[in-house]
Amino acid sequence: MPDEVVIVGGGQAGYQIAASLRTEGYAEPVFLIGDEPHLPYQRPPLSKAFVVGKQDQTRLLLRPESYYAGHQIELLSGEKVIGIERSTRKVRLKSGRELSYSKLVLALGARNRRLQIPGADLDGVCYLRTLGEAVELKQRLEQAHDVVVIGGGFVGLEVAASARSLGKNVTVIEALPRLMARAVGTSISEFIRSAHAERGTEIIPDAHVAEIRGCGSKAKQLVLGNGRPIDADLIVIGIGIVPHTDLAHEAGLPVENGIAVDEFLRTSDENIFAIGDCAQYPSAFSGSRVRLESVQNAVDQGVSVARTIAGKPAPYAAVPWFWSDQFEIRLQMAGLPHGHDRHVVRGEPQSGKFSVFHFRGAMLCSVDSVNRPADHLAARKLLAAKTVLSPEQAADASLDLRIL
Amino acid sequence: MPKITYISHAGEKFQIDVPNGESVMEGAVRNGIDGIVAECGGSCLCATCHVYVDEAFLPLLPAIDEEQDAMLDSTACERMPNSRLSCQIAVRPELDGLIVRMPEYQK
Ligand SMILES: Cc1cc2nc3c(=O)[nH]c(=O)nc-3n(C[C@H](O)[C@H](O)[C@H](O)COP(=O)(O)OP(=O)(O)OC[C@H]3O[C@@H](n4cnc5c(N)ncnc54)[C@H](O)[C@@H]3O)c2cc1C
Ligand code: FES
Repeated sequence: MPDEVVIVGGGQAGYQIAASLRTEGYAEPVFLIGDEPHLPYQRPPLSKAFVVGKQDQTRLLLRPESYYAGHQIELLSGEKVIGIERSTRKVRLKSGRELSYSKLVLALGARNRRLQIPGADLDGVCYLRTLGEAVELKQRLEQAHDVVVIGGGFVGLEVAASARSLGKNVTVIEALPRLMARAVGTSISEFIRSAHAERGTEIIPDAHVAEIRGCGSKAKQLVLGNGRPIDADLIVIGIGIVPHTDLAHEAGLPVENGIAVDEFLRTSDENIFAIGDCAQYPSAFSGSRVRLESVQNAVDQGVSVARTIAGKPAPYAAVPWFWSDQFEIRLQMAGLPHGHDRHVVRGEPQSGKFSVFHFRGAMLCSVDSVNRPADHLAARKLLAAKTVLSPEQAADASLDLRIL
Repeated sequence: MPKITYISHAGEKFQIDVPNGESVMEGAVRNGIDGIVAECGGSCLCATCHVYVDEAFLPLLPAIDEEQDAMLDSTACERMPNSRLSCQIAVRPELDGLIVRMPEYQK
């Protein structure tokens, strides 16, 4: 019997493990099943170059169609897996087809959290996760005048920056006192807030939306909790994502905030792995269980499980990193800030180029950079090597971090 | 369309017509050539699109900016004077005939 690997989810992580199995020399059948109608594509440009018309749909694809056949990867697009039968090692597809697996990889990603307020289902209220949604958003952006983004996280702020660069009237509403509060410290939040404000976007922190009002079926205005009305003909909601865990849960696999896996990204069933946005794993960098939402995480976890399946297992230990592009500002994050108790700034925030180094006790735990790519790269290396760096050294911009 | 030649570490040659304005990385990825990974999709963030550029073409390439310079210090295979990130080379008519060699591995 061949050792089939079945991968559920044709996103960044699913594509990567399929590709890496072949790079690692794995010669058994590989199935890649995705419920979206497209070939596997990249999401990051959706909120950036794609919505402003600078990158078309074919340039989003991770690989052309011929790649999959050329690498003996059986790609099933537009097919949904609806059940896992662990006792017989089979997955059931919505089309009725069944596939046997020797190893099963869940790369299911996540869906957008829905806003539950009156009017949230009106025409003109959009979300952004998939290419389908991005195509709709792009079309609507062309017509729109007043764009309101609900949620000041990365995706929301990128959409806001894109809309503003297209000349729209843009307002961002954030529930917390500052932007991207879960991911970055106060100085970066403040820098990004003023960058948007200087370019004419109104940022409203500490606010919630009570209701969206329509004219007929079309959204026209939203009303804040304090009663303030804001005109809007396009409303984009970016209030976070919920990992896809149902398939795992129904198969009796442990689920917390994500599908629970060990340091080899294996679930409680030794033949089933979970990777990418849907997986919650023990991180050597935060000392806790985390679920990350980034290209790096999806790619490196795909590579790691491919190596394990190909007979070269090693615990997953890659340094987490992430980026966000807003206007001409590039934000880069390395490491995990969880539980940090001290931070220092390197460079001058007023110059538009600076980094914030976070420490947990004596250890460097994360670095956020604004337009300082060299700091970011140095940080990835320092974190990977667990190099000891003092806050004073980090703050000394004349010290070359590469020589440490 | 300019023709770009990609040579794998094992010596396999691929000649690809790459439209002006697209990057040398995209030319490889969109034709499914192994040897260029491009995990960040051309954002100058991952160094998995590393190539060694044929010396004859080096003078035609744009100068290495700060961002690419930092990334080139992080390539999986050794950085050489002719190392470049292929996502940072936009194809234009003068680059017709460009030859790039791909490193043994990118990760
Ligand atoms: C607009 C946007 C911008 C982003 N920008 C950045 C950025 O700048 N930098 C960065 O690092 N990250 C960014 N991200 C995050 C990054 O794209 C994700 O972390 C990454 O795509 C996760 O990959 P994944 O494979 O885990 O999940 P996904 O890419 O979501 O793929 C999962 C796939 O599985 C499918 N699926 C789910 N259930 C089933 C089933 N039962 N059967 C079949 N198929 C199924 C889903 O439909 C989906 O296609 C961005 C995300 C978005 C939405
Ligand atoms: S594709 Fe990532 S640096 Fe070139």
